[in-house]
Amino acid sequence: MKPDDILRVAEREAEKQRAYKSRINVCCSSGCLPFGALQVLKAFESAIKEYGLEGECKVSRTGCIGTCSVGPVALIEPGGFLYQNITPENAKEIVKRHIISGEPVKELLYANEAFFKKQYRLVLRNAGRIDPLRIEEYIMVGGYSALIKCLTKMTPKEVIDEVIASGLRGRGGAGFPTGQKWNFVAREKATPKYVIANLDEGDPGVFANRTLAEADPHAIIEGMTIAAYAVGAEKGYIYVRAEYPLAVQTLREALKQAKSMNLVGENILETQFNFDIELRMGAGAFVAGEETGILASIEGRRATPRPRPPYPATSGLWGKPTLIQNVETLANVPLIILNGGNWFAKIGTPKCTGTKCFSLTGKVNNPGLIEVPMGITLREIVFEIGGGVPAGRKFKAVLVGGPSGGCLPESALDLPIDYESLTKAGAIMGSGGIVVIDDESCMVDTAWFFTDFCVDESCGKCVPCRVGLLKMRNILERIMRGEGRLEDLDLLQELGEYVRDVSLCGLGQTAPNPILTTLRYFRDEYIAHIVDKKCPAGKCFRLEAEI
Amino acid sequence: MSGTGVVKLKIDGVEVTANEGETILSAAKRAGIKIPALCYLDGLSSYGGCRLCIVEVKGSPRLFPACTTPVSNGMEVTTDSPKLRKYRKMTIELLLSEKPHICAICIANGNCELQDLAREFGVDHLRVEREWKSQKIDLSHSFLVLDNNRCILCTRCLRVCDEIEGVHALDIKMRGKDSQIIIDIDDDWGSSISCTSCRKCARVCPVGAIYVRDEPISRTKNKDIAQFILLRRRR
Repeated sequence: MKPDDILRVAEREAEKQRAYKSRINVCCSSGCLPFGALQVLKAFESAIKEYGLEGECKVSRTGCIGTCSVGPVALIEPGGFLYQNITPENAKEIVKRHIISGEPVKELLYANEAFFKKQYRLVLRNAGRIDPLRIEEYIMVGGYSALIKCLTKMTPKEVIDEVIASGLRGRGGAGFPTGQKWNFVAREKATPKYVIANLDEGDPGVFANRTLAEADPHAIIEGMTIAAYAVGAEKGYIYVRAEYPLAVQTLREALKQAKSMNLVGENILETQFNFDIELRMGAGAFVAGEETGILASIEGRRATPRPRPPYPATSGLWGKPTLIQNVETLANVPLIILNGGNWFAKIGTPKCTGTKCFSLTGKVNNPGLIEVPMGITLREIVFEIGGGVPAGRKFKAVLVGGPSGGCLPESALDLPIDYESLTKAGAIMGSGGIVVIDDESCMVDTAWFFTDFCVDESCGKCVPCRVGLLKMRNILERIMRGEGRLEDLDLLQELGEYVRDVSLCGLGQTAPNPILTTLRYFRDEYIAHIVDKKCPAGKCFRLEAEI
Repeated sequence: MSGTGVVKLKIDGVEVTANEGETILSAAKRAGIKIPALCYLDGLSSYGGCRLCIVEVKGSPRLFPACTTPVSNGMEVTTDSPKLRKYRKMTIELLLSEKPHICAICIANGNCELQDLAREFGVDHLRVEREWKSQKIDLSHSFLVLDNNRCILCTRCLRVCDEIEGVHALDIKMRGKDSQIIIDIDDDWGSSISCTSCRKCARVCPVGAIYVRDEPISRTKNKDIAQFILLRRRR
């Protein structure tokens, strides 16, 4: 296919869609499926058939819209009416009243406008709005036009310059400038070069990358192909968790379609550019998401990180220059190419441009997947988008950055969200997990939970992470049993700093964060356990039972 | 850059000339500066696991493992400081607490790199809880013994087996705190079909985890074996 053929696909698809007066987008992603999204989809389809509306209303299977706690949900266009908690029964009701009579079913509408008000959807631009299994719909909304622009009008250097101008930084957690990384790989002489899209999202309670892959797989594929063009790579791997079956299936289908349209593969769009993408599945190790852990895993070895340098940009897969980017980073790329780096740089803060997806969970009224501009405060996320903690409870802390993030107190809520501010407060951007904690939770217990996760997931290669973390967890357990000593707090602090400074990879370097931040902000609770032999939240049950 | 492929740096204030691509550890060694290390061994690939060889590099808040960090021109390295000593001591404490290390019943007593380091860093007690649970001892081989109670997971044995002997009879199973050295696919050593019984694993083991039964440890151990064979091969 040539670029013009792709444009014609878009026109044909748009024409087809215009024939429908309305469209029902039923979310069928991992969040809504367990609530019976497929039955709802079927109910909508049969209702449309029953009323003879096949030519007027299109029922479409889409990805996640973000309101995961009130699923199954469906979005009806035009108008953007979002329905929640749909059952097969009220699906018919919705068709009857909304589609036929034109009167939205008020009692079933998602009333929480605040959830969307402060969001800014770039990465999730198509999530819940297009059918991820139909490449035509992605092309219709402007998909792959960024790739066409790169291949026909831009040199690889111009592509990199645009990304540098955008100020985009890696969304995998570390926040390294993306354009700079591309430059490193581009200037390497060795071939072949590789591009790896990291979709090994292993943190408990984090589901942003999964949602993206399920809702808009082509955004990842397009971003990856543009990256490959910029750095001169000819082979790519999407490294995805095997625990994400729907994401795997969606990506596989999307790749098949992209290959059939000559958007991936040899002589892409009849140019000289070749780039093939292969799907690789991880076997369930959290540490396989670490940059060098991925390399080992794709090469077929144990997913153990190795020291850098050499950096993957010079010596990555099989010793060749390799670009590794999180899928969220890659999904931003087509927009930067189409709208320009300067446009992107205006979103967010000057040092931290663009948006970030967060999985908002825990004791909050509106949990779900959100995308917000950088620089927004935690308070806005927790109390405006999230709607605050449930009635009758009191906000206590918010864990930012997944299991190796930091627990921040009320006083830190006005921090703007960017890589530097979070690190300074003791948290990290990490994978974008935000867990809201209320007064029912014990902070010692919370720190124990996340430390225990990291103990389980440590690869065991370096001493601080393998042994240091384990000892820290054991000290917490002693404190929770009521056998803690005040010296334990100093030892925890010393071990925490040691594990942070001495560990080999990012897992160990960040794993002490929950303990270090709770020691910093919630020391009283530790002291209550040790001196008063009391758990203020009443969680550490063995202690309570003994009294 | 001063000349092709040569860099100048300072290690503990001493001006050192090194080859480009060389590690800090090897440059320091030539300059007569000793950096402690347990997983590193001349002649084997660098592993970066024990973290004892961490050093400070001027201009960076991070610590760098000397065994894997390449030298660069103008670099200023500090190999000893109160902070580094504190961290190294902690590493030794943690290693001693990880398994039931009992020197009195260890064949390597008096000939053990971990014991030497404990003495050097003044580790006379442990602040963290010790692990007393017994680990598996494999006595099935006719003369080689694998005692997991003493293993510090430095992987010198599996690297010497893989890189020098060319066999890869040893590997690690599980991960994290459950990591363990195994023979073949977790077989008994006595029934291993790949092990050539060359003893190199016992020769390089820094502790008493792999040893030759009924042989004085001083005769078994040979830290130079990997480098020696490598140099002979190149000749």
